[in-house]
Amino acid sequence: MAVEKMSIAKALNESLRKALEQDPKVLIMGEDVGKLGGVFRITDGLQKDFGEERVIDTPLAESGIVGTAIGLALRGYRPVVEIQFDGFVFPAYDQIVTQLAKMHARALGKIKMPVVIRIPYAGGIGAVEHHSESPEALFAHVPGLKVVSPSNASDAYWMLQQAILSDDPVIFFEPKRRYWDKGEVDVEAIPYQLHKARVAREGSDITLAAYGPMVKVCLEAAAAAAEEGKSVEVVDMRSMSPVDFDGIQASVEKTRRLVVVHEAPTFLGMGSEIAARITERCFYHLEAPVLRVGGFHAPYPPARLEDEYLPGLDRVLDAVDRSLAY
Amino acid sequence: MTVESTAARKPRRSSGTKRAAGAASAAKPAAATAQTHDAVPQLVQLLTPEGDRVENADNAEFAPFVADITTEDLRGLYRDMVMTRRFDGEATALQRQGELGLWASLLGQEAAQIGSGRALNDEDYVFPTYREHGVAWCRGVDPTNLLGMFRGVNHGGWDPNTNNFHLYTIVIGSQTLHATGYAMGVAKDGADSAVIAYFGDGASSQGDVMEAFNFSAVYNSPVVFFCQNNQWAISEPTERQMRVPLYQRAQGFGFPGVRVDGNDVLACLAVTRWALDRARRGEGPTLVEAFTYRMGAHTTSDDPTKYRRDEETAAWEAKDPILRLKAHLLATGGADEAFFAELETESEAMGKRVREAVRSMPDPDTMAIFENVYADGHALVDEERAQFAAYLASFESAEEGH
Repeated sequence: MAVEKMSIAKALNESLRKALEQDPKVLIMGEDVGKLGGVFRITDGLQKDFGEERVIDTPLAESGIVGTAIGLALRGYRPVVEIQFDGFVFPAYDQIVTQLAKMHARALGKIKMPVVIRIPYAGGIGAVEHHSESPEALFAHVPGLKVVSPSNASDAYWMLQQAILSDDPVIFFEPKRRYWDKGEVDVEAIPYQLHKARVAREGSDITLAAYGPMVKVCLEAAAAAAEEGKSVEVVDMRSMSPVDFDGIQASVEKTRRLVVVHEAPTFLGMGSEIAARITERCFYHLEAPVLRVGGFHAPYPPARLEDEYLPGLDRVLDAVDRSLAY
Repeated sequence: MTVESTAARKPRRSSGTKRAAGAASAAKPAAATAQTHDAVPQLVQLLTPEGDRVENADNAEFAPFVADITTEDLRGLYRDMVMTRRFDGEATALQRQGELGLWASLLGQEAAQIGSGRALNDEDYVFPTYREHGVAWCRGVDPTNLLGMFRGVNHGGWDPNTNNFHLYTIVIGSQTLHATGYAMGVAKDGADSAVIAYFGDGASSQGDVMEAFNFSAVYNSPVVFFCQNNQWAISEPTERQMRVPLYQRAQGFGFPGVRVDGNDVLACLAVTRWALDRARRGEGPTLVEAFTYRMGAHTTSDDPTKYRRDEETAAWEAKDPILRLKAHLLATGGADEAFFAELETESEAMGKRVREAVRSMPDPDTMAIFENVYADGHALVDEERAQFAAYLASFESAEEGH
């Protein structure tokens, strides 16, 4: 066992370092990823150790970054692209959706697209406009892409390496307000499956399903509910495409109640899909309708209002109470 | 003498010949550094519309790149153009007969495609748009492979690495970035090869093309941007796409741009060889603007009579790329009537083969919907595949029940 305590940011950095060491075809690309080490320092020190040919500072052009990464993948490289912030991915959305996602199918499987797109996402850091969004549903909706988000340091370390090893394009959402949260990482462990949900806390009365930054909120809610005698199970979904519906279903068949929690607007969000599928799968097990807690159908608000916008402990506990009241 | 070659020999006042006749003032045409609007397009031309070889200041830098071209090579280029046009005509006919859902004809652009396509080495990599049937021909791609997507049995389907010919790209300009990224990889590998990206004048309005220019310049990538300026982006003329001649844009990104007579196969061959040579020597990207004309519709879905004048088309007909090489071959004794007759037979046979191949092309298996969505599999695709298979099977069991 080689267990180390590190922040999510450090775990991601170590993960990239390991990927660069293990495969000379792995490249890091993005704005400011070189000398600066990225605006969140996730690539800190990597250019120094692996050189400008492996850790590539790019012009400030997201479509260009993803489009050239596609070309490099066609040449046999495995580019790991950094999009600086969630709201900046849209200039590259065309390349991701019309090209990256479809290349494998278009070539009848003859070519592969091992491209990882890392996106620091979601709110809670007091940032300005376009720096706090949660666009995961827009990517999960697109066939050909895989979409994941770690919630802790161990997953950050392992899931990123698994994403890099994948022959499919992976959109890797990093919960930026959790970058500095520390956790234990076993760097020699056999990694958990990339697209499998994990029970983060056992419970028997109700299930909370969440991913990325909201897992911590749900764990806090579960702890608070326990003081009131309610047993809350928390499922960390980890993957938004594919979703481990079997994992969520197993928990719901046990607790008979489900609340899905995310920061993104609830309308047509991940919660909608999970509510629909779980209702289909678990109709006779459910004691209450599947509820959703998420953002509003409004642009992400100015930072002074984000605490009101973001689902917090109270809104999650309110949903727990509403579900249990059925 | 045929009717066509008579037309080709009509006295013409094309901008290219005018330039060749006397206005050879630019000392360094290759770098194409003109700052002002050219009232007369500056064209690199080696073969006039009448089929005469020309030497002038504009083509001096490029002519040596085809010094090795023999009469036999010229016949080969001619054959390529004829076969490509025949294939294209067959595909257009097949669309009209309902065998293809759509066709994007290259009629008129044979010289640009064959000239540039024959400049490539086997190791070079091609990123086409959706009209590069002539380039595909040069790469050895079976023409029938190109028709699957237009018939609707696949979205491309060929293995790009077999002939180093990437899949057709429908979204305008996207592939210029893929070419640039691929070229970045070529440079990293230290490979002695180059990449060529094809696009049209309309694509030059797309941001991706600008980003490709910039990335390739910044990384000094071995890529040739080959724009076939066929004067029309569906119904929009070039005046609606740009305010400066296209080739001049390269200067703003820091690499040379050259405008070549796109209906002159020899000039296209020479200029592309020159540009590929630069790329292989590590001198970075080049923009080649092949000044040509799309004689037909953008695709079989549009009607050019609604947006352009007959006189314009007629003027370009006189610059036909195939007729001018034929005139040259006849005038120089490079080919005789037997050669042309034999080629006619060969192209007819190819047309017949294509026709039969398309008509016998099988529809894909229904379950192909679920194939190759992901390389590593995906639980939702697996689930939906199983559900749909069960649904289809339910019809069979229902029939058995009767």
